[in-house]
Order: sequence, then structure tokens, then C-alpha cells
Amino acid sequence: MIADADLPVWAAVLVAVLVLTGALLTLIGCLGLVRLNDFYQRIHAPTLGSSAGTLLILFGSVLYFSVTQKRPAVHEALIFIFVSVTTPVTLMLLARAALYRDRAENNRQVPPPPDEASVEKTD
Amino acid sequence: MSATILFWSLSMAQLLLALAMAAATYRMIKGPRAQDRVLSLDSLYVNAMLLMVVFGIRSGTTIYFEAALIIGILGFTSTLALAKFLMRGEVIE
Repeated sequence: MIADADLPVWAAVLVAVLVLTGALLTLIGCLGLVRLNDFYQRIHAPTLGSSAGTLLILFGSVLYFSVTQKRPAVHEALIFIFVSVTTPVTLMLLARAALYRDRAENNRQVPPPPDEASVEKTD
Repeated sequence: MSATILFWSLSMAQLLLALAMAAATYRMIKGPRAQDRVLSLDSLYVNAMLLMVVFGIRSGTTIYFEAALIIGILGFTSTLALAKFLMRGEVIE
């Protein structure tokens, strides 16, 4: 299954540690998605996987392909840049949508919308 | 030696990522409201992308990198469209 086994042992150990740590952090984030109580708490959990987990696994991939191809292979940085730019945008939009829905249903657990006077003051 | 290390560690990483996908699927099925389901769909996309990267390391080809990039782009677009739909009731106004 492993394609080319001419990897030195130090690189194999380093790739193993990076990939395993990244996968473990992603699993911890998704367990937080199961265990936390509120949506506004739950939205924080999976970002552990999309920031630290992605960084570590992609760094392991960069290391593996740089060593086996004997040239710097940094194309995985594209994925990291894309994910780290887009995750805050989507999750902030999702949190604002959830806040809008909770306010529309008069849910007492979310803060009320700012009143008109303070909105005009900040403008 | 290094093949053995890589085999076991990458298998373990794939198992952990599959468990993470199972956790996200549990939240998607159970999730009390629609925003919980959209959130777990987003984390499912991220986990599938990472699984694709690990599979690429395991098979030693860079083809899976492009699949991972496409999964990431599709996940961003779908989560954005679903969040917009939850807020407005329509995607394109």
C-alpha cells in the first residue's frame, strides 16, 4: 500500500507524529461538536480541526513529498491558505444566521438586538 | 522500517479521522436545529478533505491533493449558501 519505502526513518517518524497529532486534534474538535450543550458553544469546537488539524496534517504531507521527490513540494500550502481564509467567513455567517433565527423566535437566551439610538450613535 | 512506521501511523490517522466523521454525523442526525446540521456538514467536509490528504500520503501520488482542494472549495461554497439560506430564506436575492 505504501508506494515508495525509500524514506529515511527520521522523516517517517516526523510524518507519523505530525499526521497523528493532526488527526487527534480533529477528532477532539468533533467530539466537542457532540458533547457541548449549546449551538454557540458547539460552533467553536470543529475549528480546532480546520486550523490546527489541517496545519499539522498538511505539514506532514509537505514533508513527505519534499523528502520523497527530493525537491520542495509546497503545493499543500494552497489548501491551508484557502481553509484558513474561508473558515472564519463561513462560521461567522452561520453564527449570525443562528442569532437572527433565535431573535426572530424571541429566544430569551440570546442577547437582544441593539436599540435604534445606539445604532445611530455608532454610525 | 519506515514503511512499517508510515503504514501503522497513517492507518491510525485514518481511523481517527473516520471517528471524527462519525461524531459529526451523529450531531447531524441528532442536532436539534438546522444550524447544528449545517455546522456538522462543514466539519464533515473538512474531515473528508483531511482524509483525502492522508490517503495521498499513503499512496504517494499528488493526485489526491487536487481532490482535497476541490472538496475544500465545495465545502466552503455549500456552507456559505446554507448559512445564507438560513438567514434569508433564499440564496440569491
